[in-house]
Amino acid sequence: MKTLEDLKALREKLKSDIKVRQGSSTKIIIGMGTCGIAAGAREVMKAVLDELAVRHLNDVQVQQTGCIGMCEKEVLVDVMRPGEPRITYGKVKPADVKKIIAEHVVNGRVVQELVVGKIEQE
Amino acid sequence: MQHIRAHVLVCGGTGCKSAGSKEVQLEFARQLEQKGLSDEVMIVETGCHGFCEHGPLVIIYPEGTFYCRVKPEDVEEIVDSHLFKGRIVERLLYHEPLTHEQIPSYSEINFYKKQKRLVLENCGAINPEQIEEYIAVGGYEALAKAITTMQPQEVIEEVKKSGLRGRGGGGFPTGMKWQFAANSVSDKKYVICNADEGDPGAFMDRSVLEGDPHKVLEGMAICGYAIGSDEGYIYVRAEYPLAIKRLRIAIEQAEQMGLLGDNIFGTKFSFKIHIKEGAGAFVCGEETALMASIEGRRGMPRPRPPFPAVSGLWGKPTNINNVETFANVAAIITKGSEWYSSFGTEKSKGTKVFALTGKINNTGLAEVPMGITMREIIFDIGGGITNGKKFKAVQIGGPSGGCLPESMLDLSVDYDSLISAGAMMGSGGLVVMDEDTCMVDVAKFFLNFTQSESCGKCTPCREGTKRMLEILTRITEGQGREGDIELLEDLARNIKQTALCGLGQSAPNPVLSTLKYFRDEYEAHIKEKRCPAGVCEKLANYTITDQCKGCGLCARQCPVQAISGQPRSKHVIDSTKCIKCGACMAACPFKAITKG
Repeated sequence: MKTLEDLKALREKLKSDIKVRQGSSTKIIIGMGTCGIAAGAREVMKAVLDELAVRHLNDVQVQQTGCIGMCEKEVLVDVMRPGEPRITYGKVKPADVKKIIAEHVVNGRVVQELVVGKIEQE
Repeated sequence: MQHIRAHVLVCGGTGCKSAGSKEVQLEFARQLEQKGLSDEVMIVETGCHGFCEHGPLVIIYPEGTFYCRVKPEDVEEIVDSHLFKGRIVERLLYHEPLTHEQIPSYSEINFYKKQKRLVLENCGAINPEQIEEYIAVGGYEALAKAITTMQPQEVIEEVKKSGLRGRGGGGFPTGMKWQFAANSVSDKKYVICNADEGDPGAFMDRSVLEGDPHKVLEGMAICGYAIGSDEGYIYVRAEYPLAIKRLRIAIEQAEQMGLLGDNIFGTKFSFKIHIKEGAGAFVCGEETALMASIEGRRGMPRPRPPFPAVSGLWGKPTNINNVETFANVAAIITKGSEWYSSFGTEKSKGTKVFALTGKINNTGLAEVPMGITMREIIFDIGGGITNGKKFKAVQIGGPSGGCLPESMLDLSVDYDSLISAGAMMGSGGLVVMDEDTCMVDVAKFFLNFTQSESCGKCTPCREGTKRMLEILTRITEGQGREGDIELLEDLARNIKQTALCGLGQSAPNPVLSTLKYFRDEYEAHIKEKRCPAGVCEKLANYTITDQCKGCGLCARQCPVQAISGQPRSKHVIDSTKCIKCGACMAACPFKAITKG
C-alpha cells in the first residue's frame, strides 16, 4: 500500500463485506412463516442468495419475516429500495428470482406480473 | 462464493469469554453447519460491547437484534427461529430493569442511548483480529491523511485545537505534551502507550485494546509522525493475555499491509511498535517508573524534571499517553478538531469511557460526553442500584480518586469540577456503593491497596500511608481515639505535598474525600464505637428483637455460649462474650436477630 488512494480503494472493496451491519441498503424480505416455508420459501431464499452472489451484490440485505396473512399467495417476497415503496411479490418460484433481481433490485423496474401489493413508506 | 445474508456477532471480550462466549460461538458454528446455513450466515468474534453484566452477548444483523446471557443450549433455538425463519427469540432479549420492557434492538437500550461512542465506536462492531474490518470502517485513513497531506506541526496544532486532554488521569493537554516532545532535538525519540491499567475495577483500556487494537496503533503512529519518532512501545500488563494477543496480531497485520514499518505510504516516515509486558506493579503506571521498567530496571519513579519529553526512555525524548488518549487521535485527524471539540464542556472536550462496577444494575463499560452528570451515568445508563437499595456514594478515579455523596450527583463530570469536589477523573473507574457500605471501610480498602503497592522509594509514601492505614484499621476495630481524625488529616496533607510521584501524592485522596463528606461515620466509629452501616465486624452489635419465639436454635449455634434464655421466651446476647461471628443471625428462622 503506497498512497491514501490505495487505502481508499481497498476500503471501498472491503466496505460491502460489513454492510449487513450498517443497514440503509436495498432489502429483500422473504416470508418465512409456516405457510411460506411449506410453499418453498427456503428454496426461494437459496435462489436469492445464489443470484446475489453471482452478481456480487454484497450490499443487498436479505431478511425474513413471518406470516402476513396472505398465505394463499406464498411464497411472498418484498423488495425495498431506499426511498422507494415496498413492493410485495406473490407466488414466487425460484425460477422468478433472477428476473426480480435483474429488473427490480438492480434496475429499479418493478416486475408487474408478479406484484400483489405496494406498501407506501411513512 | 455465497451471499452472506446475516452476521452473528459473538462478544469475545474478557467478560463475555469468562461467561462462556467461546462455547456459544462453537455451538453456533455446529448448528449452522448442521442446518446447512454456514454458507449464508457468518460468525464474527468481536471485542467488548460494554454491557458485560448481561454477557455473553450475541447480536444478529441485519436486524441488529441484541440477545443477552446466551448459553450454548439457547443456540439451537436462535438458529431455528431467528436465522432460519426470521422470528426473534423474545425470551433472550434485554429487559429494561426499571420498566421491565423487552428491547429487541441494540440502539434502543437505555444503556446505549445516553452514550456517545467515539473511542468505543468499533468495539463490539468489528472483528479485532482482522485488519480488513478496521479498514472497512475507515481505519488508517487518519494516518494516511496525516503523513501524506499534513506537516508534523499541523498535526500537533490540530490535536491542540481539539482540546484533547490525557485520559490516564492527569488531564494534561495532549497537544502541548506532543509539542514539548517535538521541540526536543534528538536523533532518536520514542512514543509510549501506557496500558498499565491497575485501578481496582477499571477495564477501559483492556476493552479498547481487545476490541479495537488498530485504533491505538494508528494513534501512536500519528503521534510518532508529529513528534519525529520512529519507534513506539506499548506497556501492557501481562494479566491482559487477550489484549496482548490481539495487539500482536494487529501489529503483524499492519506491518504486512505496510501500515506500520518502513516508509509508510511511500514516505520517509517509518514507525515500529513493540509490546512490553509489565509484571503488574501499580506504580509502573507512573511514567518514570514505567520507563525504568521498559529499560529493564526496577519499576521505581524518579523526580521530575527532567520530564520525559526532554529525557525519557534511555535518556531520549519520549511522549507517553494513555490507551484511551491515543484512541481519540484518529478521529480528530479525519473529522477535524472542530468536530471533536463540539463534544464536552469548555475545558474538557470529547468523551470519557467509564467502567461501571459495584452495586449497580448494568455493570459494564460506558462512554459519555464530558459534562454529563453523575446521576445520568449511574441511574440512566447504569440502571440504578441493585436490589432497590439506596445510593450512598460513588468512588471515582480509583485509589487516587475520591468518594462523592448523593449531594454531588448532579455535578458535571469533567476534569475541573471533579478536582474541585475532591475527586478526580482518574482513568475512569466508577465504583458505586449502596447504603450498606461503610465509608471508613472503603477508605481503608483503597489505602490498603496503595500502601501495598507503594514502591518504598520515598519516605512520605512508604511510612505515611502505613501510619494512615494503622489508624484506619484501629478505627474500624473499635480502638479509635480522640484526635485520630485530625492526625489522619495532618498525615494526608504532608504525604500529598511531599511524596515523590503521583501514587503517593494521591494516595490520601480516598481518606480526605470520605472525611469531607462522611465525617459523621468516622465520628460514630471513634466516639460511639458503632459502625452505622453494620460492616465493621468488630463493631457489630447483635441483638435479639421481640420477633424471638424462644426456639433456642441461636443459642445452640453460638460457639462461645453468649446467648441465653428460657425455652419459648425471648433470648438475649451477652455482648461481652459475643465474638460477632454472625452464626446466630444465619441460624434464626424468624429473622429476629439484627446487626447494627
